[in-house]
Amino acid sequence: MRGRSADFWSGLALAALGAYIIVQAWQWEYLGDDGPGPGFFPLWHGVAMVVLSAALVISSAARARSADTGRLDWRRVGRALGIWAALAVSVACFKLLGFVLSFAALTLFIVAVMFRRRLAVAAAVAASMAAGFYLLFPLALGVQLPVGVFGF
Amino acid sequence: MDILSGLMQGFAVALQPANLLWCLVGAVLGTVVGIMPGLGPPATIAMLLPLTFLMNPASAMIMLAGIYYGAKYGGSTTSILLNVPGESASVVTCLDGYAMARNGRAGAALGIAAIASFIAGTVGVLGLMLVAPPLAKMALAFSSPEYFALMALGLAMVVLLAGRSMLKALLAMLVGLWIAGIGTDLFSTTSRFTFGRIELLSGVDFVVVAIGVFAIGEVLAGLEAPEEARLLPVPKGLRNLLPTLQDLKDCRFAFANGSVIGFLIGVLPGAGSTIASFISYGVEKAVSKRADQFGTGVVEGVAAPEGANNSETGGALVPLLTLGIPGSGTTAVLLAALVLWGFKPGPLFISENPSMFWGLVASMYIGNVMLLILNLPLVPLFAQVLRMPQYVLYPLILGISIVGVYSTSGSLFDVALLAGFGLIGYLMRKLDYPSAPLILGLVLGGAMERALRQSLMMSEGHLSILVSRPISAVMLALAVLILLIPVFTQVNAWRLQALEQDQ
Repeated sequence: MRGRSADFWSGLALAALGAYIIVQAWQWEYLGDDGPGPGFFPLWHGVAMVVLSAALVISSAARARSADTGRLDWRRVGRALGIWAALAVSVACFKLLGFVLSFAALTLFIVAVMFRRRLAVAAAVAASMAAGFYLLFPLALGVQLPVGVFGF
Repeated sequence: MDILSGLMQGFAVALQPANLLWCLVGAVLGTVVGIMPGLGPPATIAMLLPLTFLMNPASAMIMLAGIYYGAKYGGSTTSILLNVPGESASVVTCLDGYAMARNGRAGAALGIAAIASFIAGTVGVLGLMLVAPPLAKMALAFSSPEYFALMALGLAMVVLLAGRSMLKALLAMLVGLWIAGIGTDLFSTTSRFTFGRIELLSGVDFVVVAIGVFAIGEVLAGLEAPEEARLLPVPKGLRNLLPTLQDLKDCRFAFANGSVIGFLIGVLPGAGSTIASFISYGVEKAVSKRADQFGTGVVEGVAAPEGANNSETGGALVPLLTLGIPGSGTTAVLLAALVLWGFKPGPLFISENPSMFWGLVASMYIGNVMLLILNLPLVPLFAQVLRMPQYVLYPLILGISIVGVYSTSGSLFDVALLAGFGLIGYLMRKLDYPSAPLILGLVLGGAMERALRQSLMMSEGHLSILVSRPISAVMLALAVLILLIPVFTQVNAWRLQALEQDQ
């Protein structure tokens, strides 16, 4: 994807958010007996968001005709999104597996898959990291961590 | 309370053993954070914020401020030894710092960076001490319209100076305002933008957004293409780190230039230490007798920007503590910290919390001395931080971020939001949307809406109240002018383009 189309799509997404804000704000009181209502401020910043994102979309479309700007390196973006997906899965597993196991699995994935270290190294880092967090926070500092079905 | 007695009270607070310890912890942590490329003070302060809730607020503030100014000291180390700035404020230090290191003068470069940081950092604190109390007294005359105008001006400055595209900075700020609006409206108890989720009725926690956007966003960006550091040899021994007398003589003006420019730019919301360091480097080069040698390893080229980015810290705390207006991502996190501890930064902050304010000021004097002592002989030790494998560092940051958020609310929903804001932070980096306006919009959004609505209540719905009062009128006019600057620049560019085509 070209740099200009990234601006174009992000502008469209923000315009949609601005439209959503306006639609929501429309349902709330704009001006009441005591002054501005809950819809006053959001309505205006929603309008500003639509106007500015439209300007971004138009300017990126205009630039697209005149010049080609940088490209996204999808391999790099893919790596980052892969790690984010692993983080999201790990967070989703907190309720079932608890912090310690989920975080160990996340660390194992990052070290073994993303950094391509040997499985033994990855397992050692994951185990020591999870154990370190467990010892420091719940045991030493009394800070609660998400607990799973195994009780930790 | 006059300045001298305030300062005495401050030293009584800062010299308590526990506060000295937290000051040292903050200074060391800040140095380490400054050395690590990719992990900045806002991310670190945001991550550690939840862990400070159990601390005495004065101690916590002393530690967090230590991280803030300590990072400025550490930022120069990687610029000089690695040609990679640890902080954006140290980008310009690479020019002459790395060149000095390649010329075999790494020790002198590191030494002069530490000395300039110490001198300018101390001048910055002196400025904070002298400017903040009278400014706070002046701001006592402010009412809701002035506050609204002040926040609008602060946001306009941040938008103007954040990132390459002002349009994107404005959009990021509006997203911040929207996130600030999520939850229950306190005037009417209407729930807004909650998507039917009970968890969102009390709003989105600032800590979740700040850690997500800064820390998780940085981790994702760093994991895109991890690289191991290849640094130049670190000079060992204090003697090898001391600059020569000639170096110190050459830097006389650079010390003064960095100190004054750094502080003045720090006071302006939005400008920040990066701009301060670039401007002071430019001024130094402009007045130097050997301007043509800049970039080849000139010692003033290290002293001026390093001084400016340290002096800026004192300046940046002036609007934060006296007006409640943060000028950058880091000071926005510090503002949130103060609010979460139950303080109300603004004109009454100094008079209502003298031990907090003066304790912080005194701790900054002490912290600067600690940093000078730490940074000169211990640079080789701190540089070892760069050898920490990234496959250990990044999971560690992710773990601390998750624990920080979960310990604040005990809510898995907030941890899920953290992941969501992490993705937003990463996408903002990739798409070149600056994160500071989003964070500032989030921090100021609630107060700004409240000030606007109170102003309109005062005037029975007439917007003219914002322009009929002189102070708010001037500030709003300035805000509009600031936002129009790029339009004029664009119009001028078009005009020049048209003239060229005519010829």
